[in-house]
This record gives sequence, structure tokens and C-alpha cells, in this order.
Amino acid sequence: MSETTHTAHAEHPKDYTGAKLGMWLFLFTEVLLFGGLFILYAIYLQRYPEGFKLGGDQLNVWFGGGNTLVLLTSSLTVAMAITALQQGRVKASLRLVGATLFFALWFLVNKYFEWSAKIHHGIYPKSEHLKEMPGGEQVFFNLYYLMTGLHGIHVLVGAGVMTWVMWLIRKGKVNPDDYVTLENAGLYWHLVDLIWIFLFPLYYLIL
Amino acid sequence: MSTHEDKGHIIPNSTLVAVWLALLVLTVITVAASRVDLGALNIWVALGIACSKSALVITFFMHMKYENWLFRLFLLIALVTLAVFIGFTFFDTLYRQPI
Repeated sequence: MSETTHTAHAEHPKDYTGAKLGMWLFLFTEVLLFGGLFILYAIYLQRYPEGFKLGGDQLNVWFGGGNTLVLLTSSLTVAMAITALQQGRVKASLRLVGATLFFALWFLVNKYFEWSAKIHHGIYPKSEHLKEMPGGEQVFFNLYYLMTGLHGIHVLVGAGVMTWVMWLIRKGKVNPDDYVTLENAGLYWHLVDLIWIFLFPLYYLIL
Repeated sequence: MSTHEDKGHIIPNSTLVAVWLALLVLTVITVAASRVDLGALNIWVALGIACSKSALVITFFMHMKYENWLFRLFLLIALVTLAVFIGFTFFDTLYRQPI
């Protein structure tokens, strides 16, 4: 403990523990939001195991798997951005947050093509084709659109947050002495990744 | 170096890359495991691997390993709450009489 750290604390009396704890609390409400949907999934999987299997077979593992790699890598880049900023490498941090934003957009582009293909085949909520399908598959695809859609909105919000943080770093408002905003943005982004870690096997890999 | 700073621990890039590689390996394992028919066990294997991946992300990427006990307590409460919700829902639906 040197004198300089004391004065630094006096100049920046930011409560890091409080700021991050607040973010974690918000993340727990997100977990409960998605948790409710996972309960729906579990109940209907138990009721319609055959329909869910047939539905899962129609999803493209390459889209799901590819997007898994994209999101895992984006989590790595945002974690590295925090390390870089802590070490005072501002430009590297900016580039890494930019990479995270790029991966977020890449994920959404993949999602666009994936959904377009499904919609082209007449599979979307309330479509005539879907109404003719057995009950289990109907529930599967409705839940698929609801959960991946809600997750997609979170990716979109995450992309917005990353853009905002990049602007803050550029302005010097987020810097090596004060970076809790980047940490909290990272926490949000990792939650988006965590939800996808469960969505991927439950929808694309179900046997 | 002080231990009482609440500004956090710097995780070296090598650790982060190692965690990322582990996550990629687990993704390959979960895809491979899903191609083997284990019956009802498939879903539990998939969930088990997803939980291990989550643990890695939370511990390292989300810095939980370096946060104080309060964060862990919060996480525990959230997970227990979720488990109670899921458990009680199944107590209901699993034992319903067929109509």
C-alpha cells in the first residue's frame, strides 16, 4: 500500500464492489427470466420427447455450432479487453472490444440466415405448415423462436453496450484507472454467452 | 501490491486463452456425445457439459474466482432459487393424474 494508491482512491472514490454487485444482481434477474423459459422447455420435452427429437433434427447443427464458437470467442475477446485495460494497453483494449462487437454482429448475421431458411420452409409461429405438424414439433418450434429470439435481442443489446463502451474508452471516460463500466459490460456479455451454452445442446443436439 | 484493493485481479491472457481452448474442447465433446444414443442419459450428459462450461466462464471470464465471498453467496442464492423453481415444477407435473 503506497501513498499514491491512497490518493488515487481519494480522487476516484468509485465503489467497484458495489458497482459489480449491482450488475450481478441484474444478471440474476436475467437468469430467472430465462430460467422460466427453460422450465417450459423441460416440461414439454418430458411430455413430447418424440416431437422434440424430430424438431431438433430439423435444426442445422452447423449454424448452432458455428454460433457457439463465435460467442465463446467473443467472451474471450472481452475478457482480454479487461486485462489489456488493467495493464494500461488502451489501444489493444479498444481493438478487443471492437472484436467482441464484430463477433456479436457475426452471430446475428448467422441467426438471420438460419431463421430465413426456416421461414422459407414455412416454419415460423402460426404458419400453416407449422399448424399441420404434430403437437410436439409445434411446441418445439414455438419455444425455439421465443428463446433464441429473446437471446438474439440480448445479443443486439450487448452489441449496443459494446459500441457505447468503445466510445467511453475513446473519450477516456473508461481508462486504466477507472474501468468498472467495461467490466460490467463484460459481465453482461458473458451472461449472453452462458445462456447460449445451454440453448445450443437443448435445441440443436437433442437426440 | 496490495490485497485490499477492490479493483480486481489481472488475469493473464495465457489463462484466458487456456479457458477458451477448454471451452472449445467441451463444445466438441458435447456434439460428439449427442451423436451417441444413450437414451434418457443424453440430456443429462449435455446438461452436465453445459454446466462445466458455465463454471469455467463464471470462474475465469467473469472473475468470480477473484471476487469476495458476497458475490459467491449471491450466486449460490440465485442458483438455489432456480433449482427450487425447477424442482417444485416437476413435483407438480410428474405426479399429475392423467385426465
